[in-house]
Amino acid sequence: MASLQELISRGQRIDAHRGAPRAAIDRATWILAGRELQDGRLSLLGLWGEHGSVHMALLDPAAKEAAALSLDCPPGHFPSIGQFHPPAIRLERTVRDLYGMQPENAPDTRPWLDHTRPYEFLTAEGEHLHQIPVGPVHAGIIEPGHFRFTANGETVVRLEERLGYVHKGIEKLLAGASLERAAQLAGRVSGDSTVAYAIAFARAVEAALGIAIPPRAAWLRALMAELERIANHFGDIGAICNDAAFAMMLAHCGVLRERVLRAADAAFGHRLMRDVVVPGGVAKDIDAAGIAAIRDLLAVARAKFPPLIKLYDNTASLQDRTVGTGILRVELAEQFAAGGFVGRASGRGFDARRDLAYAPYDRLSFDVPLRTEGDVNARIWIRIREVEQSLELIAEILDRLPDDATRVAVPHGAGEGIALVEGFRGDILVWLRLAADGTVDRCHLRDPSWFQWPLLEAAIEGNIVADFPLCNKSFNCSYSGHDL
Amino acid sequence: MRNHLWQGIIHAPLTESAPVPDDAAMKELAAALDNAARRRLGHSLSIREVDAGSCNGCELEIHALSNAFYDLERFGLRFVASPRHADVLLVTGPVTKNMREALLRTYNATPDPKFVVALGDCAENGGLFAGSEACIGGVSAVVPVDLHIPGCPPRPKDILAGLLALIEKAGA
Repeated sequence: MASLQELISRGQRIDAHRGAPRAAIDRATWILAGRELQDGRLSLLGLWGEHGSVHMALLDPAAKEAAALSLDCPPGHFPSIGQFHPPAIRLERTVRDLYGMQPENAPDTRPWLDHTRPYEFLTAEGEHLHQIPVGPVHAGIIEPGHFRFTANGETVVRLEERLGYVHKGIEKLLAGASLERAAQLAGRVSGDSTVAYAIAFARAVEAALGIAIPPRAAWLRALMAELERIANHFGDIGAICNDAAFAMMLAHCGVLRERVLRAADAAFGHRLMRDVVVPGGVAKDIDAAGIAAIRDLLAVARAKFPPLIKLYDNTASLQDRTVGTGILRVELAEQFAAGGFVGRASGRGFDARRDLAYAPYDRLSFDVPLRTEGDVNARIWIRIREVEQSLELIAEILDRLPDDATRVAVPHGAGEGIALVEGFRGDILVWLRLAADGTVDRCHLRDPSWFQWPLLEAAIEGNIVADFPLCNKSFNCSYSGHDL
Repeated sequence: MRNHLWQGIIHAPLTESAPVPDDAAMKELAAALDNAARRRLGHSLSIREVDAGSCNGCELEIHALSNAFYDLERFGLRFVASPRHADVLLVTGPVTKNMREALLRTYNATPDPKFVVALGDCAENGGLFAGSEACIGGVSAVVPVDLHIPGCPPRPKDILAGLLALIEKAGA
């Protein structure tokens, strides 16, 4: 048994790395870390590679500490963590696809993001089984991905996902990019989380360079992050109910979502608030009209949302579809360190805003809702409760918004930084190394979906095929954020 | 439930533009699109959306077209589930190499006459992802494009205006 601190102390601490400790460790310690993950004492936050080395970010849930461990492996192979801890499998397949590093004893040697090589789906054997291939182009307006269902009649026996269709090569574009361009790229990893990604990238840069941003900038970032959260949650709540053929919720939640985007537009000049968060602060300050627009939004949301919650709660035909559907077991959510509503509906309460608190959340109080049923209904209720919390947070942020500058100059310099930011769907990890000329040398961005997509495969098992859209929407994983 | 329905009866619709004088552009758009669409393709225009590598920002705004403020369907425009039912392919993203084949097949599955709208900056030339080894860079590199609607992402009103422009071009 070794705690995260002990794992770090077995290696060489990297002084230039800030935001959380990083240590260069040997193979034995790398394997030991894998065993700790296997035993559930640590959670995996990310695993990424570059030419000649691999890194993983770990969370010690008890101590609420995060750290990165790095293994130099010049021969181009490293001990697989996936052999001990399944959540690492797809990450390792990606490390191999993108950087050619081979995981030794990996349980799954198929490619993942690289679609140029042959691919075989897993088999499902038994009488009366049939396969249903779906995608990459789906019937609705959603992102592309392939789902291979094996079903017995209506019941799903196995779902296998194949992703990577929207792989844009973002990490390779980031290498050598200026900070300005890199921040824009980070804001386009997953469009629905553009604010959260921009904050995560900016915080990693600021950690690497050791710069502090003005308090007003941090509070404005939180304002935008909470607006982004409620916009997405409104959209999701409506869309999930729509997939249960209850279009009225979609119509009303769609109106609320549109009102959030319009308030964001009035306050920050862009409906999704894209490219507003930049390293060093924020590129646009809010004015009196913007504040008024957001206060109006709060008034409307507080008046209109409670009746919708009641409508959801009182409609038996809707509950009939969502209660008990797509159950994600608590143990799996914990094992995969599932973030956001997926984790919180299945008993995992981690929230980066509270557990690895960053400004201004360290000075705000809010509840992190938690349920244990793990079904579609629970994932809806987590979103509902989070909307309520975020509305309170937005009001408090507006009341307490400090009066000072919104941006500081970002000097050129070398350094390494890591940041974990709570987006609407969970914690987003950004790790980067800056070169002395002010460009990005290597940057890795890990979407919460990496640890949620595999759980969807588990949650759908034993459900009927017709409930897949409902389950999928209740997870609402990002394809683009995952595919990079 | 009854209360919500009652509220819907006693309150004016949120849908914008129809008779509002200061929103003449939207009113004009509604009328013009309707006439041109009827002339060219009968009573409606069916759109199949294809995400060919978008960050999903464009998809969010395409979704917004269906909310009560924009109410796309009043113009005779509607989204369909299959390319075989579509008149228009609305394509987003810098076209990743991994989506090239799927985009081509979707295009080939769409009956003639068909139009392709490239939505967003990425779809025009790859946008911020231009030059990536994982992207083709622009929809026109794979299928012929009839119209490009710029923006990152374009606003819903701009998307509506763009679809109108397509109808005008198609009807000419």
